[in-house]
Amino acid sequence: MNLRAGTDDVRSQLRNPLKQARGLGSAKAGAGHWWTQRVTAVALVLLGLWVVVTVLSLLHADYAAARATVAKPWNALLLILFIVTMFWHAVLGLQVVIEDYVHTRRKEVALLVAIKFLAVLGALAGVLAVLRIALGV
Amino acid sequence: MADTRRPLSPHIQVYRWQVQMVTSILHRATGIALAVGTLLVVWGLLALAAGEAAFTRFETCMGSPLGVFLLVGWSWSLFYHLCNGIRHLVQDTGAGYAIPQFVRSSWLSVVGSFVLVAIVWACVLLRGGAA
Repeated sequence: MNLRAGTDDVRSQLRNPLKQARGLGSAKAGAGHWWTQRVTAVALVLLGLWVVVTVLSLLHADYAAARATVAKPWNALLLILFIVTMFWHAVLGLQVVIEDYVHTRRKEVALLVAIKFLAVLGALAGVLAVLRIALGV
Repeated sequence: MADTRRPLSPHIQVYRWQVQMVTSILHRATGIALAVGTLLVVWGLLALAAGEAAFTRFETCMGSPLGVFLLVGWSWSLFYHLCNGIRHLVQDTGAGYAIPQFVRSSWLSVVGSFVLVAIVWACVLLRGGAA
């Protein structure tokens, strides 16, 4: 027992410290969240302005005209892009807020999972709605 | 358990209020508001897909005093988050970190958001109200 512990000690002294760190640390995907948040932000600058202009152009449109606008192929495509990017960016942002302010680990994890579920649900519902309008079903 | 009576970050009550704090806090607050607002976008699209009756109901809700109040709030949140978001993207390149520049760009975000939201609602009013 003591002998084994002794050899382990020797082994751990000879072991390169990198062996302990490899596969652990945060260096693998540390910048991923930050970078994705920025990329979706840039996309949302363009898509968001487009959505504002499109909604304003529909101010006095009736139901059929609004539907026809959404159904146009390019509009449908950009709207789907907008919906997916919007929810993605929202989840990344809310995640940071939750990690910063919710200090009970259980609540934190529950909230992080909940916003992801809600975002996927919302994004799919929005995309499906656009597809139904675009395909006329 | 840590002694939480000591001042914990962010202990904003010890600082004199300055515009940089306001822009930072507002960026989070408007971000949260806009995350809730995503549900409005989905509701509108679902109503549009569901049929004329559902869409009329959506328009009536949004045209009500509470609906318009929320729309004004969300539109300002959108433009603030947009302006300040662009400011953050510029700062991500390493530009604009000198204190006078930082203060100036903070004010630019705040003023810019009000100008943009005023333009949008002026468009709405000039064309005879929403819906």
